[in-house]
Amino acid sequence: MSGELAAPLRGPGVPEMSGERTAPPAGLVAVAMSGGLDSSVAAWLLAGAGRPVVGLSMLLWDQSARARHGRCCGALDLGDARRVAQQAGIPHYTLRLDREFRQQVVDPFVADYLAGRTPSPCVRCNTWIKFDLLLERARRLGAERLATGHYARILDGPEGPELHTALDAAKDQSYFLFELGGEQLAASLFPLGAMTKCEVRALARQAGLAVAEKGESMEVCFVEGGVREFVEAQAGGAGLPAAVVDSGGKALGSGQPYYRYTVGQRRGLGIAAPRPLYVLAIEPEANRVVVGEERELLAAGLLGERLHWIGPEPAGGAGGAIEATVRIRSRHPGVAARIWPRAARGAGSGAAGATGGVAAVSVVGAASAARAIAGAGATSAARPGGPREVEVEFAEPQRGVTPGQAAVFYRGSRVLGGCWIRDRLDARPVRRPAAASGRAAER
Amino acid sequence: MPQVYLDHNATTPLDPRVREAMLPWLGERHGNPSSIHRAGQAARNAVEEAREQVAALIGGRPPEVVFTASGTEANNTVVADAVERARGPAGSAGGHLVISAMEHPSVRRSAERAERAGLAVTRVPPGADGVVPAAAMIDALRPDTRLACLMLANNEVGTLQPVAEVAAECRRRGIPLLCDAVQAVGKVPVDVARLGVDFLVLGAHKFGGPLGAAALWLRDGVEIEGLLAGGSQERRRRAGTENVPAIVGLGAAAALARAEVGAPREEGDGGGPGERGGPGDRRGPGERGRAGEGDGSGERGGPGEGGGPGGGGVRPLRLAALRDRFEAGLAAAVPGAVVHCRTAPRLPNTSHVALDGVEGEALLIRLDLAGFAVSTGSACSSGTVEPSQTLLAMGLSAEEALSSIRVSFGIANRPAEVDLFLGALGREAAALRRLTGAALACRG
Repeated sequence: MSGELAAPLRGPGVPEMSGERTAPPAGLVAVAMSGGLDSSVAAWLLAGAGRPVVGLSMLLWDQSARARHGRCCGALDLGDARRVAQQAGIPHYTLRLDREFRQQVVDPFVADYLAGRTPSPCVRCNTWIKFDLLLERARRLGAERLATGHYARILDGPEGPELHTALDAAKDQSYFLFELGGEQLAASLFPLGAMTKCEVRALARQAGLAVAEKGESMEVCFVEGGVREFVEAQAGGAGLPAAVVDSGGKALGSGQPYYRYTVGQRRGLGIAAPRPLYVLAIEPEANRVVVGEERELLAAGLLGERLHWIGPEPAGGAGGAIEATVRIRSRHPGVAARIWPRAARGAGSGAAGATGGVAAVSVVGAASAARAIAGAGATSAARPGGPREVEVEFAEPQRGVTPGQAAVFYRGSRVLGGCWIRDRLDARPVRRPAAASGRAAER
Repeated sequence: MPQVYLDHNATTPLDPRVREAMLPWLGERHGNPSSIHRAGQAARNAVEEAREQVAALIGGRPPEVVFTASGTEANNTVVADAVERARGPAGSAGGHLVISAMEHPSVRRSAERAERAGLAVTRVPPGADGVVPAAAMIDALRPDTRLACLMLANNEVGTLQPVAEVAAECRRRGIPLLCDAVQAVGKVPVDVARLGVDFLVLGAHKFGGPLGAAALWLRDGVEIEGLLAGGSQERRRRAGTENVPAIVGLGAAAALARAEVGAPREEGDGGGPGERGGPGDRRGPGERGRAGEGDGSGERGGPGEGGGPGGGGVRPLRLAALRDRFEAGLAAAVPGAVVHCRTAPRLPNTSHVALDGVEGEALLIRLDLAGFAVSTGSACSSGTVEPSQTLLAMGLSAEEALSSIRVSFGIANRPAEVDLFLGALGREAAALRRLTGAALACRG
């Protein structure tokens, strides 16, 4: 079946898999197949490269009652993955990870909103599900590598594998992978890292893949309808209307429950004002939403928690700061910044937020022998997001520093690591001697 | 990659001889059995011939056989009919059902529906040996019991159930008994008279026939209301145009099974359900002998039944030889492996194996990648694995249930394939144990 269709893949115009390290693995490669276009083409490319490949899909969120298309966990998409695997001539299996997905991704997502944060569930899914549980499952099946359809590249560096942006900047997904470790990168393959979306779709059409015309799944895959309604359904009811105040604390009126707001939001505030108002901060304890003018959105920096470096921590420059470009949300162009890591205040306080708390609980759960049989991850030992905090000072003030989002550190195309935004820093952070010496003491 | 297929309880390959019988009906021959013209008459004749073949296999009479599309449909028909009969004038149903806790989902889910309709349901668990005690089934019967359901052979662990003993008591009390014999027919002799049941269900694709054809046998005089409203096919018991090619295939498979498994005994019930009264006497003498050697439980293998020419056949003998070869080599291949229900009367083709410290799902996939098709139990619609309800009902923990695989042999398997499989099973289980052990150590 694939004979004549596979031929064009080796022809001119099709990029080599330059996103991956030079020595291709000889052993079994597992490819994560969501049923979407990208992972389907990744599977097709690997199968065409003549190496043994097995396709794995994850049943993450049981939506069998309403079969749907276009979300990474819909039942119809699993069927698409199965069909593509057959077209590619590779075996395919569906693994049930819905309990783990709820625990590691969905519950923290809800907890983040209820704590006044705006979460980034795709990062957690990559960190805890795909490159932890699924990688471990793949290894149990005898696979040496796990391939995905991510637009990012893994390059060999002097200190081990490095994570780099995709060549197609418009599709780059490296932001969502910042919590991976070197060991995980060494076990991973991103066959699409050097391709454009246009090339990927053209390949799918050439190959006649059933998913060639499928659209993008941009929304949160497990949420149908509005995120706020989902959070309320999961939390078991709607909260009380929040007080809307200005940055001086003056009451402006009452609005919706606090978790329905996002920092930087302008529309739907329902407050009459001479100039447009934006959400500046969300205060769940006080059930308060602070609004202000656009200039007040600008932050000089951010306070991050659960700092993670993919490789060894980069050496600091003058004053101990690490120079990097920081992206404070997935579509942020990036800003030059100086980074000061520091020990967390008190034991484990850096991970004391709702997200960190849930994470800590699930690590404990993973240690039980029953989970070992049920397939809990074994890479749990190398968890990202230690108890370290970090202060990040932007070269230019940035708007929309949003608690709950990831701040990811780049040097050129390389991802150094990142952290989770806990708060904005308004004043220029004082270069406390404690920050620099604390870091030195840890090394 | 050539695949060694060891999952015959899920479905069997179409027997080439059955395929030959079906081919004309997928080609030049066609016709609706209800039509008056000659094409229709030919189709009618083919369906009726199949009915005779099925009836002959189980010792019934042709008018007692109703063709359905699946065993699930047949089971649903019988339970739904019992619910309908239990409905009072107000529409809500009363009364009681008894089922074993290890029934096929088509019976278990139907019982849940009956519960929602207002019937009480008693679920009788199997013992640790995978056999539902006849006394426990009988104890659960009530004056208002509308129907009892006990399968003849369990689909997962392969144990044979004491259907005849339970049916005898049900008859005394006037309670109809539904026997789901889907996994037994075609592997061991099945005789409706000897079993004494009122309803018996079989499915073609479990013994060399095609998918899409099954049969419900109902004792003469028992009437049911069909699930489907429609034409008067199957004596108004199952509306819908007959699936002629599949039914022809079912008939052909039944004829082959009758020759190769053993026809129902001719000499009546003497000495039949005697001391065991249970399923042991359903086994042909050949298979009984082999199983006796294999699992050392000669107690039930007494020669009391005699070895009449109709009592046993080449098929159970061959299946048991494959299974016994596998089980004899198992301990050497996978240290610590345990065969579930080994001392219980069971199907000659099924081996349900517990592999301590081995995740069944991962093992299944590794074996599939290595070219061997097995199962972890009953398949789930989404293609993923849940702990087996049967094993849980037998008292195993979820963890034990998830570290088990089911190997079910078919008549086309060869001894050499068993040996190849033992080698692969040993390799893959050892690799998995290494990986799991490493993971545990890593987690500390």
